[in-house]
Amino acid sequence: MNSIVEQFNRAFIVNNRWTLYFKGLGTTIEVAFFAAILGIVIGTVACLANMAKRRNGKRPIFSWIAYAYIDVIRGTPTVIQLMIMWFVIMKNSTNGVLVASLSFGLNSGAYVAEIIRGGIQAVDQGQMEAGRSLGLSRTQTMMYVVLPQAFKNAFPSLLNEFITLLKETAIVGYVGMSDLTRVANQISTKTYQPFMPLVGAAVIYFVVIKVLTILFNKLERKLRESDNR
Amino acid sequence: MNTQNKAADQDRVMIRVKNLTKYFDDNHVLRGINYEIRKGQKIVLVGPSGCGKSTFLRCLDMLEVPTSGEVWLDDVQVNSPKTDINKVRQKMGMVFQHFNLFANLTIMQNITLAPVKLKLMSQEEASEKALKLLRRVNLEDKADAYPHSLSGGQQQRIAIVRSLEMNPEVMLFDEPTSALDPEMVGEVLQVMTELADEGMTMVCVTHEMAFARQVASKVIFIDEGVIKEEAEPEEFFTHPKDPRLRDFLSKVLK
Ligand SMILES: Nc1ncnc2c1ncn2[C@@H]1O[C@H](COP(=O)(O)OP(=O)(O)OP(=O)(O)O)[C@@H](O)[C@H]1O
Ligand SMILES: [Mg+2]
Repeated sequence: MNSIVEQFNRAFIVNNRWTLYFKGLGTTIEVAFFAAILGIVIGTVACLANMAKRRNGKRPIFSWIAYAYIDVIRGTPTVIQLMIMWFVIMKNSTNGVLVASLSFGLNSGAYVAEIIRGGIQAVDQGQMEAGRSLGLSRTQTMMYVVLPQAFKNAFPSLLNEFITLLKETAIVGYVGMSDLTRVANQISTKTYQPFMPLVGAAVIYFVVIKVLTILFNKLERKLRESDNR
Repeated sequence: MNTQNKAADQDRVMIRVKNLTKYFDDNHVLRGINYEIRKGQKIVLVGPSGCGKSTFLRCLDMLEVPTSGEVWLDDVQVNSPKTDINKVRQKMGMVFQHFNLFANLTIMQNITLAPVKLKLMSQEEASEKALKLLRRVNLEDKADAYPHSLSGGQQQRIAIVRSLEMNPEVMLFDEPTSALDPEMVGEVLQVMTELADEGMTMVCVTHEMAFARQVASKVIFIDEGVIKEEAEPEEFFTHPKDPRLRDFLSKVLK
């Protein structure tokens, strides 16, 4: 019993160690937040590019690039992507959050692209036809009619993607960043008692994600109540 | 315009279809359709399910791309790669079986989106015109509603209004009443009849034979990818010549 209290003390109280966890959590959330924003932007652009077709039915070059991007990102481990970004592409950068956000943003973008594609495909084809029959271009109809509906369709999956992203950032320790996971790991190495720090980190992740899930569910319900379909 | 010119304008060929064919992969749906539609005419298309009525109609405004042949609107070849199809479509309204109102927009936004985004009208002009049209179909109180809150009949009337807002030269209807509950068919047909009376050029796929009799200038029977018969409604329904048309009519008129 005593030793549990002792372990707790050494994991969280000594030297105000608990502040380190929250600093780590701060990094985790920061990276996830910027990556999510980047992911939505890149994902939307990549999705539209990937779905683009010429009048003759063939894909333009940029469409192939988007296709390759989505394919490669989804077909390689996130850790490798992160290490390539860190040790190769941006090896001169000292801004860890920037590099990690970029890497995770590019990673998430590929998944977001597929989520949005699903959202677009779930929009009735008649919506595009109606827009086109009025003389609106494909792009205009996409912008004003199809995409707003597609985002709404994709909303639950996008929130899910954000939660996945938040958990995936746990690997940034690989490139030396002090996120929540790495902090917990460092403290357990220091104290030779991994139980408390790791379980503590797990609890913090869980609580944050639980709170987010509840908020997201509320948001989703609100959106559905105001459903104009 | 003197009377002679006016008469000539009334007789002007508006849509000209030459040797139109359409394949879906190996499915040879349209096998050479030739037809001319004059300004102010109301053409009703009938034929068995799957004979290509929708395909023909959709080829007129390039929602389907013809495999070969020509479609002309006035002096513009609609299916030429050089033609700006969006410009052509502004002059051709299309009403769909399933209404296809924009689900994310209010009725007013549905009606004004195209003319405003295409910079044909200011938002004020577009809204004003929309209100006038909505009043005509007795739906002005629905301006701020969303499509899902309206009945099928109301949605279809709005869809017609949305097309009319663009001041089209011709209106295409693809089974506009087929998805409606029976009690709502009348309200939509009434709007279409009024439109016909005002002189709108119309091409209409429908199973409403009474409407065809009352409104059509010509009725066309499409079968096996070609126009098998064309006649004025009285002649078409009382003295059908083509045996397959007789067979078809005996089924639909019961
Ligand atoms: N987009 C498409 N891709 C492939 N085949 C199609 C497509 N649209 C239509 N077809 C085929 O073309 C043929 C004609 O279809 P179309 O919809 O024009 O018939 P229709 O006369 O309008 O029939 P209905 O009375 O059932 O509406 C059918 O065999 C149909 O399966
Ligand atoms: Mg059809």
